[in-house]
Order: sequence, then structure tokens, then C-alpha cells
Amino acid sequence: MPTAIEEITLPKLSNDEIARYSRHLILPEVGMEGQQKLKAAKVLCVGTGGLGAPLAMYLAAAGVGTIGLVDFDTVDASNLQRQIIHSTATVGKLKVDSAEIMLKGLNPFLNVVKHNTMLTSANAMEILKDYDVIADGTDNFQTRYLVNDACVLLNKPNAYGSIFRFEGQASVFGTKEGPCYRCLYPEPPPPGLVPSCAEGGVLGILPGLVGVIQATETIKLILGIGEPLIGRLLLVDALGMSFRTLKLRKNVECPVCGPNPTVTELIDYDQFCGIAPPSEVGPLEVARDKAVGDQPVVDGIPQVTVEELKRKLDAKEDIFVLDVREPHEYLISNLGAPQIPVGEVERRVGELAAQKNREVVVHCRSGGRSQKAALILKQAGFTNVSNLAGGILAWADKIDPSMPKY
Amino acid sequence: MKIHIPTPLRTYTGGLETVSIAGTTVDGVFQQLTVTYPDLKQHLFTPEGKLRSFVNVYLNDDDIRYLEGKQETAVTDADELTIIPSIAGGLSS
Repeated sequence: MPTAIEEITLPKLSNDEIARYSRHLILPEVGMEGQQKLKAAKVLCVGTGGLGAPLAMYLAAAGVGTIGLVDFDTVDASNLQRQIIHSTATVGKLKVDSAEIMLKGLNPFLNVVKHNTMLTSANAMEILKDYDVIADGTDNFQTRYLVNDACVLLNKPNAYGSIFRFEGQASVFGTKEGPCYRCLYPEPPPPGLVPSCAEGGVLGILPGLVGVIQATETIKLILGIGEPLIGRLLLVDALGMSFRTLKLRKNVECPVCGPNPTVTELIDYDQFCGIAPPSEVGPLEVARDKAVGDQPVVDGIPQVTVEELKRKLDAKEDIFVLDVREPHEYLISNLGAPQIPVGEVERRVGELAAQKNREVVVHCRSGGRSQKAALILKQAGFTNVSNLAGGILAWADKIDPSMPKY
Repeated sequence: MKIHIPTPLRTYTGGLETVSIAGTTVDGVFQQLTVTYPDLKQHLFTPEGKLRSFVNVYLNDDDIRYLEGKQETAVTDADELTIIPSIAGGLSS
């Protein structure tokens, strides 16, 4: 396995660094030369969230010389259940600033490069080109394909990890000899078919587990030791605590890494994934699920504000409110409305037959899922369906501040 | 044979992580799977009945796209099928 580091003159270690890395230096597979390779290495962590947090921290601890961080978000209290690079004291700060504090606290020899921006087709090549290994810990399909294509075009290995609820995947993509993300998944799922994590939730320690696997692969790539997950997909099942690897093959028809590529520069990934670009403000769920802020009518569905709903309820107007969240979300907070999870609305629409000609207001957590459900109801012949803009979160913000937000 | 259902699709199998389905080919087993769990159908197949491109199916350790018989490959009760959908979680999720 060749090292990902160009064999240039490796930087020398100071006596303080030698003391710090002694457990590496006495390990023959790392040794002085390996530690110097780590010091010379530049790794880009795309995202400083659930995966990026443990990943960046272990890389910093291990003595990787330069860590780049890409994130445009700020730290939110709900991040701290898993994003251990941030802390209570840094809630509200930019994630790149918060992460830098933790990383430099862990290892002052580290050089942190902050990219407080959203990775896009316009800036990805410029940002990625200076790094030796890219570690992709993003949370949306657009960026997954963007990072993959940029890595293939720049010939940079991509230590990939992704998670959902209790399940994780890891691999190394983008090397010359191995397959890329598109070989595995030529196309993204259409929006809405795969539930987002904000809908599905995630066990907080799972990104820790998978992020550390990404860090392990990154270190192996830098040192040129072991067998990285090139051409293999690792499946992690945290509930069964089982690990499986499956063989991945390079797809000869791959549009990016195949012998006859049709994608030779970065494309419009929002269009490719069929979704609106993530907004630079607000929770990512809103961006992903196309929640519909201030527009009065979206795809034929009128958008009702929480103030308007409150007025209608107070005036005892003849309206039917439907909650399309999951049962466990209902236990956190609710408006007392009957509940059918969005995934079951189509099948259970018969239960709502009596409401067909009433005014129906659909709500969820932030307004994305309820828009989907409203469209399903409209298609099923409901004559007066509207969507509660901002969902129960907006209700908690503007109508009932005593209500918990999640 | 045993079919491993990934987390995102377990909603449609009543929460089961593995289901047992009888059949003699990969395709036959999948047809039976969507008869037993009809809600899975739209997640695995296009309206034209083709396996969706973001769903990978492994027969034991091999991607069925690279097997000689592809979806027509013969299977026995001792084989296992695994469905691997794309998941994107990581950062803020």
C-alpha cells in the first residue's frame, strides 16, 4: 500500500512532539518516519458534526499536522448528544471556531485551517486540492456526490462514512485502483424516499463508532500500512453489534471513474439530486425536506402560519388538524391532534374519509413532512388541505414558549 | 432464505431486521418479498419493475449486478440476501 503522502523531505519532530507521540514511535509500523508522515499530512474533514467530531479529534491526537474543517453551521444544543468536538460553552459559535478550540486544546502542534463555508461545485476543487486525504462526514446526498466527484477528479482518497439510526457504512473511495461512491450508487434516491436523519434520529454513539473507523482508514492511508477499505464496504449494525464487509467493484460504466467518463468537471449536484440547495441558515432538515417558509402556496398547498392556526382553533372554526410525525415524537410535544406518520398516510387515507371536504391542516416538526403528507391528501381527493408552516417548532416559538423543542 | 432488511426499510417490514422468504432465484425471492410486504415495493422497484439504482442487493458477499445470472441467479435456502440502500447521515443529522 503506497502512502498518501508525497515522499518529500519529512518535517522533523521536536523533543516535545517525540514525548507526546512516544506510543506511536515505539510501534514499528509507525515509528519516527511514520510520525513524520503524519506531521506532513493534510487531511480535510468535510463536516464537523457527528462523524467529523471524533474523526478530527483522533487525527489531531495522532499528530496529523494539518486538519482542514469545512462547515458553515453554528453549534446547537441538540448537536451535543453526539458532536463531542463541541461543548456547552461553544453553543452558538461557528462550528469551525468551536472545533478549533477543542482540537488546539488537545494538540497545540496542530495547524487548523478553517473553511467556514458550504462546499459547492464552485469552491470544492480549490478547497480540496491542497489536502492529501479527504474524510467525508456530510449529511446530504448532494455533498456526498460532490465530494466523491471532486476526489476522483483530483485523485485524492476519500475516507467515507455515513450513518442512519443504528446503522453505519464506511469505505475508501476515489483511489485509482478502487471504486468510487458512484460505482456503488450511480444515482441518489429521489427526495423523500429515504427518510432524513432529522426525521429518523440517530443513536449518538454511532457516528462516534463510524467516525473513528474513518480516522483509522485516514491514518492507514497516510502511513501506507494495512489494508484500507478500498473496494470494500463495511456495514456496521450497532444494535446487533455486527460488522460485515462486502466486496465493491469498480463499475466500468461509472460516469466519473470509469474508462470513458462523462462527468469530467463538477456538476450541479442540487439538480442531480433533485432537491433545492441547502439553505445557509436554519436547521438542515428544513433545507433537505424543502420546508416551505414564507411562501403562501407551495405546489398548490396553502401554507398556514401558527398564528393563523391558533386563531382558527380559538374561534372554533371547523378544521381538522393532522399530525404526521412518528409516535415517539408525539410524546415529546403535541397539539393534541390525531396522528398518522407521513410514511403511512397513503395507505391509511381511508381512515380520514370523513374529513375529505373539511378544512385539513397538516403539521409535523418543522413543516417538511407535513407538506409531503398534504400533497398525498390532495392527490387522494381532499378538497381543502393546508400545511402548517414551521410545524410544531414554530408553535413552540411563537404561540407556546413552554413547549419543549427537539 | 434469509433477507437482511436495512434500518431505513424496516418500517415496511413491521420492524423486522431479517425476513425469511422462499424462492429459487433472486428475482423470485424479491417478488415474493414485495407480496409479503407490499409497502416495500415502491422503495425497491421503479414503477416499471426495475430495481432502483440507489438500492444495492448482495447475494452473500457479491453484488448481484456482477453475478452472471444477475437477478435470475439461482438461490438456495442457505444463501442470504442483503439490501444496501444509500444513507447520507453524518454531519448535523
